[in-house]
Amino acid sequence: MKGSTLIKVASQSILKNKMRTLLTMLGIVIGVGAVIVMVAIGQGAQGQIQRQIDSLGTNLIVITPGASSSGGVSRGAQTYNRLSIADADKIRNESLYVNAVSPVVWTRTQAIGNGNNWRTSINGVSTDYPVIRNWDLQYGRFFDSSEVRAQRRLVILGHTVAENLFPGEDPTGRRIQIRNVPVEVIGVLEPKGQTASGSDQDDVILAPYTSVQTRLSGWSRIFQIMASTSTPAELPRAQEEITSIMRESHRLSEWEENDFTVRNQNDIADAAQSTTEVMTMLLAAIASISLLVGGIGIMNIMLVSVTERTREIGIRMAIGARGRDVMTQFLVESIVMSVIGGMLGVAIGFGAASLVAGATGWSTAISPETVAVALLFSAGVGIFFGFYPARKAAGLNPIDALRYE
Amino acid sequence: MSGPPTLSSRTTHADDLAAFRGGMNDNNVVMRTQGVCKVYSMGTTQVHALRGVDLTVHRGEMIAIVGASGSGKSTLMNIIGCLDYPTSGTYYLDGVQVEKMSKNALADIRNQKIGFVFQGFNLLARTSALENVELPLLYDRSGRKVNPRKAAREALERVGLGDRTDHDPNELSGGQQQRVAIARALVSSPAILLADEPTGNLDSQTSIEVLALFQELNRQGMTILVVTHERDIATCAQRIIELRDGYVIRDEAIRSRRDAIGELKVKPGPEALPTS
Repeated sequence: MKGSTLIKVASQSILKNKMRTLLTMLGIVIGVGAVIVMVAIGQGAQGQIQRQIDSLGTNLIVITPGASSSGGVSRGAQTYNRLSIADADKIRNESLYVNAVSPVVWTRTQAIGNGNNWRTSINGVSTDYPVIRNWDLQYGRFFDSSEVRAQRRLVILGHTVAENLFPGEDPTGRRIQIRNVPVEVIGVLEPKGQTASGSDQDDVILAPYTSVQTRLSGWSRIFQIMASTSTPAELPRAQEEITSIMRESHRLSEWEENDFTVRNQNDIADAAQSTTEVMTMLLAAIASISLLVGGIGIMNIMLVSVTERTREIGIRMAIGARGRDVMTQFLVESIVMSVIGGMLGVAIGFGAASLVAGATGWSTAISPETVAVALLFSAGVGIFFGFYPARKAAGLNPIDALRYE
Repeated sequence: MSGPPTLSSRTTHADDLAAFRGGMNDNNVVMRTQGVCKVYSMGTTQVHALRGVDLTVHRGEMIAIVGASGSGKSTLMNIIGCLDYPTSGTYYLDGVQVEKMSKNALADIRNQKIGFVFQGFNLLARTSALENVELPLLYDRSGRKVNPRKAAREALERVGLGDRTDHDPNELSGGQQQRVAIARALVSSPAILLADEPTGNLDSQTSIEVLALFQELNRQGMTILVVTHERDIATCAQRIIELRDGYVIRDEAIRSRRDAIGELKVKPGPEALPTS
């Protein structure tokens, strides 16, 4: 039989029992729909986390003091800080891939201004910082390099700090006090929202690192060096390059281990992504169980159908159908049923995903790959669960089948 | 077509023809069985349904096979109709040795060389007359019929149902359903038409119509075998074969053949048959 004839014959026999077909397909519809919704929620969460990670700054590299060892005994990470301004300058001057470098120091303290006070983190950074973090200003301006050199008492407020000290106004040009040191507000950062781990990135005050070192914290060491490249592709090479520059700067001999750690944003992102990936897989796996149950429903109905239509099978064999013809007919029937069920499931999955998104505010995402996999999977369910009944039909003896009452 | 089950029993088509001709010397023979036996095993006991049947059917014959129930006539039908294999003996159909063929080859023979008409009509329910008749051509691998739909329509016209093509079986009378079944049997231009109790489910008037149709088809050259237990149906044939306990006990020409066409008292030809 030709393919088109097969599908026509299959559709006809499926349509002869509309109610039964509908109920059988419902198992697949719900299964595929559930998989689509679950994966949509999982992928939506992944997308959201990716956006949050991107908000940290694109193509970010973070250099932190590394583990040092003394007589073979590791003292753990960040026990021995040898990061310095000189390191940052050396990276800026020598690296080919890095387009911005900033030392970072911080202290946590109370900020007082406009009759309000707010405990927050004061970050000392260089003029490259907005480039590295991909962070624009809402009001005012950033400090320039001459102001960094002159250790000027200038600050830029994060959005949260500005809202708490100066609710509803532009604080540019106003004065606040940090550790009894009067400083001038010259700008406010754009709101950036939470990080993947849930901390508020806007709860921060930026100041020249020189000013923080000398006037606020009093520490000469820097805690981190942040750098960035212009494209993500350059990250691995930039990392290698920074490592060799740092080793040179710290005069490490060949047998000495790094006394610093260079990580890029992808390393940080991967950890968060793998968590949500596991979650998505888990959700899809749970939803797949309903697809499995739907498949068993198809098998059940196909077995009933083979028994019910034994006489039809006998007639077909008597007029010249080969076993393979009969087998193909029943297989095509179960595949048509499961694929149509799969398509309905995809449609319902789309609807349900947007309902979930509307009701909960979660972001959902359905990729074409998800739809393709769901459809292929439902066809696979049709083949797998249709095979045994179809083989049973094909194996019937024409005489017995014809006499079957 | 797949080969025969074992290599040693393999024969070519030329061998078949040689054996066929050598054994029969008659190109007009459409079917020949030699010592056909069939033994069914029921647990430990063995049932001998056929005990060596020799039968020769010539092209254009109309034969009635009669016998009491259990005489082996259904078994003989199944073997002649290539639905079953004989336990021993040989069977040539239209020049082809059948008993050594694979199941798929038998399916193809049923499809191309045999037309079946059953007691219970055996039409597919909720499927139009036209699609029922078309069905054998959909399984035809030889590609003889280029346009199955047209061939099916012609077959239905031949049995006088040209105006009922789109009706489902449950919208047709018993006689009409049996004529759809006959059209289905004819559509692939088979060498023989096998009818198993074709009038068993029909009233006497409709039975005569069906028998008249058989006689008309026979007159046009079709070879027909009718299995029946009713004597007045058997007398519509030219030759009667009676079975008892798996043996042929009678094989003779019918002297006073019943003329079903004449009994209908209408102009001969199925086109003129009333549609009951």
